[in-house]
Amino acid sequence: MTVMSIQKMPALSVDRLVKTFDVSAPWLNRLIERKPRQVLQAVNDITFHVPMGGCLSLVGESGCGKSTVARLVTGLYKPDTGDIRFAPGQDGKPLSAQMIFQDPYASLNPRWRVKNIIAEPLRELKLRNSKAEITERVEELLKTVGLSASDGEKFPHEFSGGQRQRISIARALAGEPRFLVCDEPTSALDVSVQAQVLNLMRRLQDEFGLTYLFISHDLSVVRHMSDRIAVMYLGRIVEEGDTEDLFAKPRHPYTQLLLETIPNVKHPHRDRVVAGGEVPSPLKPPSGCPFHPRCPIATARCSEEIPPVRTLASGTRVACHFVTEQ
Amino acid sequence: MAEIEKPVLEVHNLRVEFPGRRAVATVLSDISLSIRPGEILGVVGESGAGKSMTGLAIQGLLEQPGRIAEGEIWLAGRRIDNLDDRSMEKIRGREIGAIFQDPLTSLNPLFTVGAQLTETIRQHLTLKKGEARARAISLLNDVGIPSPEERFDQYPHQFSGGMRQRVVIALALAASPRLIIADEPTTALDVSIQAQITSLLRRLCKEKQTAVMLVTHDMGVIAETADRIAVMYAGRLVEIGPVDQVLSAPTHPYTRGLMASIPALGARVQRLNQIDGSMPRLDAIPAGCAFNPRCNEAGPRCTRERPVLLAAGAAASACWLNAGGTA
Repeated sequence: MTVMSIQKMPALSVDRLVKTFDVSAPWLNRLIERKPRQVLQAVNDITFHVPMGGCLSLVGESGCGKSTVARLVTGLYKPDTGDIRFAPGQDGKPLSAQMIFQDPYASLNPRWRVKNIIAEPLRELKLRNSKAEITERVEELLKTVGLSASDGEKFPHEFSGGQRQRISIARALAGEPRFLVCDEPTSALDVSVQAQVLNLMRRLQDEFGLTYLFISHDLSVVRHMSDRIAVMYLGRIVEEGDTEDLFAKPRHPYTQLLLETIPNVKHPHRDRVVAGGEVPSPLKPPSGCPFHPRCPIATARCSEEIPPVRTLASGTRVACHFVTEQ
Repeated sequence: MAEIEKPVLEVHNLRVEFPGRRAVATVLSDISLSIRPGEILGVVGESGAGKSMTGLAIQGLLEQPGRIAEGEIWLAGRRIDNLDDRSMEKIRGREIGAIFQDPLTSLNPLFTVGAQLTETIRQHLTLKKGEARARAISLLNDVGIPSPEERFDQYPHQFSGGMRQRVVIALALAASPRLIIADEPTTALDVSIQAQITSLLRRLCKEKQTAVMLVTHDMGVIAETADRIAVMYAGRLVEIGPVDQVLSAPTHPYTRGLMASIPALGARVQRLNQIDGSMPRLDAIPAGCAFNPRCNEAGPRCTRERPVLLAAGAAASACWLNAGGTA
């Protein structure tokens, strides 16, 4: 394989991924109360590719299945059906992936010193052997994420939210991954600190050639970070396209709704008409197109037929009956 | 008309302290603000800046051993910072309504929404059961809950997050308070629902001429909802003024930094502007201006003397740069 073809190959290909959860009541309750089994379709027939060295973001409201995708990709859940394939790295093995979690308060063990938190993957994966090598690598990682080497002696509670997220990033980098799954890495942080963490993540991407799968509900953050965006609604991808194209020309009515509701700091539109409606329960998804009860342009067809995913000339993929080339 | 224009809430030079074993932590220092009827004052700042603490101090809900060490709080011409607990209890709910971040924990899961509403209404207003029910249903209608008669007998778990927050707003409005303190009312909600709740809050505030103090860390929410904005940093007010002026032409370096660190929806930049470092701990606030170690424009005066709020157009900001010349 030539270098060029490796470059063009997507770092991660996800093909027709399905994940359901059994959320039924315990069997005795089902027996007595005559309740049927209940199955939650968390991820429903999802296909996407993350370009090598790029960043694809999954956006959507809570309950749309974006975190489930993150957990499927990192192997924390097993998919029911479908394929998750990482491209082979330089050593021929699939790219290694690591994950950064949302809550920097819950994801670090409060009883461990920071140096041990970061050294754990080194020891676990046997990336460094001697004590001196591990110490050296931990100090190097701390400096990479903008902390000082002496911070390794401290405990997590001595750090602020933004600094803790830096520690999480250092821990993720310790496994020398080529692929990082970031599940809402900045949503627990204040804006000024968020900017620090986002800048750090961009710098690391350039320095180490990382590929990101970024998950967020904040569209302005997503726009800053990603090359491609996939919009999810009730377990399905409703639109996927290049960031600039998607923001300039949102095709799917749900994407349009999302973009309209972003609060705009510089040009607030206070007297806008707010679209009503709420996300339906994923336990009882609507028939046909999942968005039809909230959609302003829905017709009878939308409640019967699930719209197929169509690829437009610009490379954008949309699942809506009414989106045409124009 | 002149009487209507009088502020509902006036806070003068408020200082709140938490005495510790070793030292006294000053969590709020020299806070002065006012809110007029039908006006929404947005209070922004990073976590730990003291924005929620300001709301709690106004409601008399400071946890022990916190205390108001200095300053006065006036609600509709009556001083309320020196009242005892019993009188304060009468004011909370009746004169000051509260909306909290998490709509699930602010509702009791064991009672129907209707029971909680009528209880609150009858606590503060002398109404018969039937009248209270009618008022509760009209409140649910006001906050945009469809088929309120049926929803009245349902439990909180039967409501979605957005609908629950509407119920909490109805509870806050139950006794037609003069002031509503909303602490991060939209933080737990999705963006499309968030827009519904902020526009509801804005409509109700204008219709009922209630003063609203909206505490949030989200600049976008403030921009779309508030009339005036107060920016807090390390327990101090750094800038206060009309929202359009402060957001489009901030005069305090901290506000400028905050605005620049928000990823813009227009042009895409390689690197976001960041404010280096983090907010100081409240027991280790630097001398002079609290922001000086992180400020690019700090001069010798900033480390010596604490800046006071100085007029800058229709706004006021606590920065020596506005005193003319350099700091």
